[in-house]
Amino acid sequence: MELPVLNNVAPDAGGCSAGSCGSTDDQMGHLPEHIREKVFNHPCYSEEAHHYFARMHVAVAPACNIQCHYCNRKYDCANESRPGVVSELHHPVQAVKKVLAVAATIPQMTVLGIAGPGDPLANPERTFETFRMLSEQAPDIKLCVSTNGLSLPEHVDELTKYNIDHVTITINCVDPEVGAKIYPWIFWKNKRIKGREGAAILIEQQQKGLEMLVARGILVKVNSVLIPGVNDKHLAEVSKIVKAKGAFLHNVMPLISEAEHGTFYGMTGQRGPTNEELQILQDECSGDMNMMRHCRQCRADAVGLLGEDRGDEFTMDKIDAMDINYPEAMKMRAEVHAAINEELESKRIARENKVQLVSIEGLKVNKPETRPVLMAIATKGGGIINEHFGHASEFLIYEASSIGVRFIGHRKTVAYCEGGDTCGDDESALDKSLKALSGCEVVLCSKIGFEPWGPLEAAGIQPNGEYAMEPIEDAILAVYEEMRTNGKLDAKPAEQQKVA
Amino acid sequence: MAFEIIESCVNCWACEPLCPNKAIYEAKPHFLIDPDKCNECAGDFEESQCVSICPIEGAILNELGEALNPPGSLTGIPPAKFAELVARQKAA
Ligand code: SF4
Ligand code: SF4
Repeated sequence: MELPVLNNVAPDAGGCSAGSCGSTDDQMGHLPEHIREKVFNHPCYSEEAHHYFARMHVAVAPACNIQCHYCNRKYDCANESRPGVVSELHHPVQAVKKVLAVAATIPQMTVLGIAGPGDPLANPERTFETFRMLSEQAPDIKLCVSTNGLSLPEHVDELTKYNIDHVTITINCVDPEVGAKIYPWIFWKNKRIKGREGAAILIEQQQKGLEMLVARGILVKVNSVLIPGVNDKHLAEVSKIVKAKGAFLHNVMPLISEAEHGTFYGMTGQRGPTNEELQILQDECSGDMNMMRHCRQCRADAVGLLGEDRGDEFTMDKIDAMDINYPEAMKMRAEVHAAINEELESKRIARENKVQLVSIEGLKVNKPETRPVLMAIATKGGGIINEHFGHASEFLIYEASSIGVRFIGHRKTVAYCEGGDTCGDDESALDKSLKALSGCEVVLCSKIGFEPWGPLEAAGIQPNGEYAMEPIEDAILAVYEEMRTNGKLDAKPAEQQKVA
Repeated sequence: MAFEIIESCVNCWACEPLCPNKAIYEAKPHFLIDPDKCNECAGDFEESQCVSICPIEGAILNELGEALNPPGSLTGIPPAKFAELVARQKAA
């Protein structure tokens, strides 16, 4: 049997307890110092930072220059939470006003992104006007931009002017044959180019843009959409290539595809990946590079901490009524940032000390190799088990094995208990949670009602509320130990029931 | 000789900066083409620019009222499937 390799992407406390592992479990541990510094308080890159810092996106870029089979520009509805879908379009002046209002109200907001609904670089005037004004008026906000890459090479030099140090390129393939199944057309040099030919140009531009950015010292993240049967076998190669070229992070996201979205994939029955398929692929690629596993695919106009949206507080009419003195706000922001950084630093030191302790214990007790177990955690954040099962809108998934605990990813669900006496009545919501937990053998939460207990056990998932308010990794290790003592790690897990 | 933008336009701005004759302008509820200015890009480009970038099938018509990007031509979605979806959404 092959030993599971610990990746160091665990959030918060003690993700790594193996003796061979370095001095820190910080997910940025493998990165060179100058890159670590850049991403340290970036909520999209650092699992730890996203509990403390917030990001926002503004929608200033409506036009697009390619068509993807997972997008339909016609169905841009307010209920959507797919990336790239926005309900309110801003002109640059409005967008800047909104950013300043949010930054003054939510001092944790440190990152501003332009991501859509079209392609930011297909709208260069609007995108760069926004960046120019923000660089002047709010130098304490980091800027980032997401692009499909088609127009990237021609804009790289412009990007460096505005001190934009984070660029995300969505790269779904490096092979035009695969590309032809994802991109029906591109608009290139005043022509619409369809099929393989268009895909080949897009791929060439993406790779060229990636190289140019890296050469100029700009941080590049690569996003890929996992499309089963189209690029699933291909993404490991993508990962290898973009890493070799210097991308610092590769984020594999599941295809979201419903007929109601009116997309080609949605209408032709192309399914998205299961949680297991996504995890297998992320594991395959993590040997090659650091993967971002805590991405919640926030919507393009989201405001707030990752996975949270306070956009309703900042509609244009509310912003117009606000009186923002940004230079004053910047002073207050600097104080808040300093306090957060101090807290992060002291946490980091505490963690390093703890890891060393665990390592010594790990060396002392030479335990036999046991099979890995997936566990789901209900948490509000802060690295502890502090969420009621029925209130959880997502679960953190960890893998415990004989060499330690590692963070696997997030799985979304819907909170089926809104409080009051309706708790647990909503069958379909509980089903959704069961589905999100597939493959897990344990779910740890601060509290769990009577109703879900039976269905969970029947599905082969042991609910556990005994570790409320305890640190996640400690609890997982304790439960894993318990399972070992009870002989539950000897045999293969009972075949889990299919949950519809 | 002029093209026309109709109500299925989603106001994505893609066509507006490309027009060599500045014939396209923002309007409510959707973008419009000034028929006096549009020459279908004759002499400027091989392909009419607005037609070549517009992502919405059926949003731009020629003088005969025919869709320059007919259903299915851009997304690859069979028109019958799309009609089904629209009918379902109307019923809901
Ligand atoms: S066909 Fe050419 S000239 Fe006419 S509106 Fe479109 S881009 Fe402008
Ligand atoms: S490109 Fe098409 S959808 Fe977009 S604004 Fe022009 S006509 Fe409307």
